[in-house]
Order: sequence, then C-alpha cells, then structure tokens
Amino acid sequence: MDFSFSEEQTLLRNMVQSFLSDKYDFETRRKIVKSADGWSPANWGQFAELGLLAAPFPEELGGLGGGAIETMLIMEQFGRHLVVEPFVETVVLAGGLLREAGSPAQQEAHIPGIIAGETVWAFAYAEPQGRYNLADLVTTAKKDGEGYVLNGYKAVVLGAPWAGKLIVSARTSGGQRDKDGVSLFIVDKSAAGVSTRDYPTTDGRRASEVTLENVKVGADALLGGEGKALPVIEKVTDEAIAALAAEATGCMDELNKATVEYCKTRKQFGQPIGKFQVLQHRMVDMFMAYEQSVSMSYMVSLKLGESDSERVKAAAGTKVQIGKAGRFVGQQAVQLHGGMGMTDELNVGHYFKRLTMIDTQFGNVDHQLKRYSEAA
Amino acid sequence: MDLSFSQEDEAFRTDVRKFIEESYTPELRARHARSKHGYIDKAGHVQWQKALASRGWLAPNWPKEYGGPGFTASQKYIFDVEMGRAGVPHTIPFGPTMVAPVIMKFGTPEQKKRFLPDILNTNVLWCQGYSEPGSGSDLASLQTKAERKDDHYLVNGSKIWTSVAQWADWIFCLVRTSKEGKPQEGISFLLIDMKTPGIKVEPLVLLDGTPAPHQEVNQVFFTDVKVPLENLVGEENKGWTCAKYLLEFERGNPYSAGLYRALNKVRAHAAETKTGDSTLDKDPDFRARAADLESQITAMEYTELRIFSALSTGGNVGPESSLLKCRGTELQQAISQLAVEALGDYVFPFVEDGMIETNEPPVGPGYAMTVAPYYFSLRKASIYAGSNEVQRNIMAKAVLGL
Repeated sequence: MDFSFSEEQTLLRNMVQSFLSDKYDFETRRKIVKSADGWSPANWGQFAELGLLAAPFPEELGGLGGGAIETMLIMEQFGRHLVVEPFVETVVLAGGLLREAGSPAQQEAHIPGIIAGETVWAFAYAEPQGRYNLADLVTTAKKDGEGYVLNGYKAVVLGAPWAGKLIVSARTSGGQRDKDGVSLFIVDKSAAGVSTRDYPTTDGRRASEVTLENVKVGADALLGGEGKALPVIEKVTDEAIAALAAEATGCMDELNKATVEYCKTRKQFGQPIGKFQVLQHRMVDMFMAYEQSVSMSYMVSLKLGESDSERVKAAAGTKVQIGKAGRFVGQQAVQLHGGMGMTDELNVGHYFKRLTMIDTQFGNVDHQLKRYSEAA
Repeated sequence: MDLSFSQEDEAFRTDVRKFIEESYTPELRARHARSKHGYIDKAGHVQWQKALASRGWLAPNWPKEYGGPGFTASQKYIFDVEMGRAGVPHTIPFGPTMVAPVIMKFGTPEQKKRFLPDILNTNVLWCQGYSEPGSGSDLASLQTKAERKDDHYLVNGSKIWTSVAQWADWIFCLVRTSKEGKPQEGISFLLIDMKTPGIKVEPLVLLDGTPAPHQEVNQVFFTDVKVPLENLVGEENKGWTCAKYLLEFERGNPYSAGLYRALNKVRAHAAETKTGDSTLDKDPDFRARAADLESQITAMEYTELRIFSALSTGGNVGPESSLLKCRGTELQQAISQLAVEALGDYVFPFVEDGMIETNEPPVGPGYAMTVAPYYFSLRKASIYAGSNEVQRNIMAKAVLGL
C-alpha cells in the first residue's frame, strides 16, 4: 500500500501548479469569464503544450500513459484556480468515450486533435425530462441508408459554445428509459440541422441548449456498438465524477485557507474573530469535511477500473461526500467572511458557486444516495 | 388556549385577501418573480406600499396615535399570514419598521411631525447606516465621525451593505461623536438627507449577480457632509440606546407564513419536474425532505404565535427575537437549498440582470432563472441584522444568563 505519488506525477502537479499560479490568478480568470467567448483558447494551447491534454491517454493512443491519478492531480489544481476551460468535457468525457468505445479509425481520427488542443468537444447527454438518468432519452437516431438521422433536444451541454465536435447520446431502439438501445454519435457542431442556444452559467462557464433537426451522420459517426452505449456512458461519467471530486477538493482547500486567514486578521470585539471558539470549531469542521473529501477523491480515482458495482459505489459515495462537504464548506466560508463573503468581488462566492454546480452535475446528493443503495 | 378565530377575524381575513387580489397586480407579480434578491424596483415597491398606506395598513405595528391600524393580536397574525401566503413584496423596513419606532420613542415632537407621516404614506424612502467596512457584528466599533460645529454636524466616513440606498431619500446613521469612555458611549443617532452634498452611493454586486441599477446593496460615502443639529435623535452620545431599541424591531419579524409559501413554491415546481415516469413531488425522498421542513416551519409558527399573542400593539419582542431570527433565516436557507436540488441541471443557466425584461424565452422552466441566485443571495440572511452567531451569543447571555 502506498499513497505517495510517483516522481512523474509530482512533476506534473508542480508544473500545473506553477503554470496556474503565473497565468491564472482570480483577476485574470474574471477577465476570461467576462470576455466575449468566455474562455481562453491561448490557455488551451498552453495546456496542450504542457502535455496536460495528453496526460491521461494511454501511450498507444498518443498520450503520456497516465490515467485517473493524473486527471485527479490536474483537476485538483484546476479547482484551486477555478479554471473554466473544458478539460472535463474534452479530455475526460469525450476522450474517455473515444478511448472506451472508439474504433481504431475513430481514435486515430480524433484523439490527436484533442491532444494537440485543436478540437474542443462537448458531451450532449442530458435532456430536459431526464433528471440525471443517462438512459432517459427522447432524442432518436434512425437508420438512414448506411448512416443515421438524429432528432431531439439536449439540455445544458457544458462547453458546447466552445466545441467543434459533439458526442450525442440518442436512442436507436427501445422505450424512453430502456437500458438497451442507447447509442453514441459523433456530430460536427456545424452539421446541417444542429442549432445551439448559448448562455453563461452560474459558475462562470458557458453552455448550450442543442437542437437536432434531421441531422444526417455517416456510419462512421456511431461510437461503439449500436444500442450498447449505456455501460460506456456510465463508466466514463463516473470518471468525470472522479475528476469533479478532485476539482472540488481544490475549491474546498482554497476556501478553508482563505477563511482561516480571514478569521486571523478580521478583528471584532477587540480580537481576531478566529479567537472565538464557535468559529474555531466551525473551521475545524470545514477542515474535516475537506480531508474526508480528499480521501474519497483518492479512493474513487483508484477504483475506476474495478467491477461495475464497485465503481458505481465508489463514484456515488464520492459524489455524496463532495456534495455534502461542498455545501457545508461553501456556505460556511461565506458565513465566516460575513458581508465580504457575499460580494461578487471576492473569490469566496465563486468557489461556493462552483461547488454548488459540481453537486448538481451528474446527479446531486439525493440522486447519488439512491444510486449507491441500488448498487450495494 | 384556543386556535379558532372569531367571525370578525374571518371577515377581516376576507378583506385582506380582497385587498391583495386587487393591489398585487399581475404586472407587479410578474416583475417580482424576476427578482434574484427579493427587491423589485423602486416604482414597484412604492406602488405596493402606497396601496397598503391607502388602507392604513403600511405599518401594522404602529400605535394608533401615530396612524397605526390598531390591529388586535389576531388581526395582526391574520394580516401577516395572508401577506406571507400571497408572497407580496416586502415593505421596505428601514422607514416604517426601523427608524419610525426610534423616532416615536426618542424623537422630538417636531421630528415626529416632520418624518412619521411621510413614512406612513411612503412619500419618503429610508435606508439604514449601521454597518461599516470595519464594523459588522461589532457594531459599537463604528468609526464614521460626526463633529459638532456651530449649527451642524460634519460627517465623514462610510457605511456599507446599505440596502436600496440608491432609492432612498433619507438615511439614519450611527455616528461617532465622542471617543471618550466605552465605544458604545460615544455614538449618536443622526438623520441625514441623501441629497446633502458630499454623499456618494456606490453599488456593490452580491452573489445573486444583479448589477446596478437593480443592485440590492451599496457602500455610502460621506465627505464633509453637513447635517443640521436638529437631525439628532435622542441625546448626543446616547445613540446606542436607540440602536439597540431598533435592532429588536429589526429582528422581531414573523417568518412562518413566508416560509410556508416558499416551501409550497418548491413543491409546485417539483410537480412540474419529471423524474422517471412520474414527477419529483411524488418522489418519497423529496416528500420526506419537504415534510421535515414543513414541520420545522410549524414549530416556528407556533413559537411566533406564543410570542406575538403575548404582545400588545406597538410592543417589541425582546431577546426572543434572536430565536426568530436564527430559526427563520436558517429555514429560509434550507428551503432555498431544496429548491436548487429540485431544479436539477437548470441551475446552470445564468441571467445577469433578471429585472431587465426581454422577449427571449427562458432557458429551462420559467421559474429557473431566480432559483440558484436566490439560494446564494439568502446566505446573507444568517449574516445581516446581527449574524446568527451573534444572535446565539445574545440568547446565551440575555435568555439563559450564561
């Protein structure tokens, strides 16, 4: 048993840390968020140059041979700086789906573009009626000669405004919530019949509502076996949950540090407010919530390759932990910062918002508790 | 002990409902529903408050001699419940609920005549100058300075978290008039015309994200602001007595009716939210969460009944107001969290200023725009008006004698 990181992993973490410290302070991030596009393609190019976009891919696919631990280390640092660029969407989700389900030809066609930072991807899985159920799909793909025709509506597709390619989940057979009959398709965002409505998100990113109207794709757009995509989607979204968990720990640690620092310097009633026992205990509770989240983040990153039921329990349990801890740490960081914590100017509220969105993404605490209990 | 209401009370209830039906117009409701922090716009609030004033209902707690409605305890309760149930705009409290009781108790006859009627008729809007950048929970450490000159005070300093200062005609301020003695001993209570030269109002954007001109709070700067001596309320250096008196009114509000409404709104939204082949309002976990909150609100409601029924009109609540403030605000926050959880993925879309109406259809359900911002906004409730930690200190000291 060994919880230490390899030399390469430590180097990777230090490199991300030093890059973001130099290039991604809170004011820079604010400018990026407020810019017309809402992200920085220049940063994305830098991520590619630094090898971050290659890190989790196996060597045979042109990657650096890392995996979940590398993703975890990167995402934890991204959490500390509230990075908005679509690493989860492009590398973890689309990259994971291509790795798991792609044919050699598809992998060869698309993974190099991801690694080089040339193409941004988004995963259009959610639908308005679906409520976290990845199989609840009204969007259809009907056989059309050699290819397919897609029709439907995908909700809250994160990163889609920046993406050139979408991976769309659609039903090729079966009833609306059947586990069988779910398929994945690679769709050019510029394809005829694809329309998007772009908007900013609560946590300073961008997303789209995506409408698919008689979108024709070729046979080579089908990713994985027809109708057999659900297990792949579940596996890869669990990988994304692990990535979000690491990001959440970065957010929480920054909030805890800022809160302790603030309580040491903010004076009321003639003393630093950190001297009040009730606030000390609160900050200790925040610390414990963070440590438990780090442990779960490690655990899930180590267990992503295990059997489906083990992996589901690991991911669901982790999502519950970071959901609850994120709420507590976010709420209390604002509380202990008082009025200042309520301002848009301070970074505290922005971490809190990100943690709230992480809780929602792929299903909140209540949803993941159900999922855990069904897998156990 | 008796829970039923008399025939007269029920007739009063009908009257209140009719008033709400007529005055809380569909247009006003629609604008109110777009707010991410609870305030509409100035015109909306003035319209609503003038409607209340026309019935003599703007200040239900005022004694009759000052133009209060002279409600019985039952009528006061019914009034609050019906207003809460309907989710009407809140009356901007700084005039009628805060400065007015102070003027009634400590003001001169001239001050009463000059200020109270305009408050009662919403001819003049007030804001509150208490907190400062360095003085939050420890209010007595405030630094805004008022130097006594011949016929005026010269005020310098700044106040922060000043709600709707951009609309206000007047501000009541705690200022330091002496550095002698304990911090509480050198404070005075001043009324300042917002049009006085030297006052600058700067908007602050909070977590709901609403920018100027629809921001909720501001920082107010005072540079060599001349305030006539006659605008002092009570004695110089005795303003702390006024300040404390006011805080009991600030905190002594009934919460339960508004909480029931907020919870029922979440339930209604859940009924529109699909999950599997059913809707979220039928989900056993959601129902248990809502039931838990509802029983906590009921505990709140009966606590309020016990406290308010013991009061005569015009009285205030005392240290028990801290209990109401803690539990009331914590339940507001818990309900807003359930609303976020019920909404699901449509917490993501962000609309910067909800008060700006557009022809674009909403992204997701129509109510979605305000759900996450309101959750973030309501974090203020356990901070403002004396943080909930301070409220617990008050209860420990004043109620439990620790």
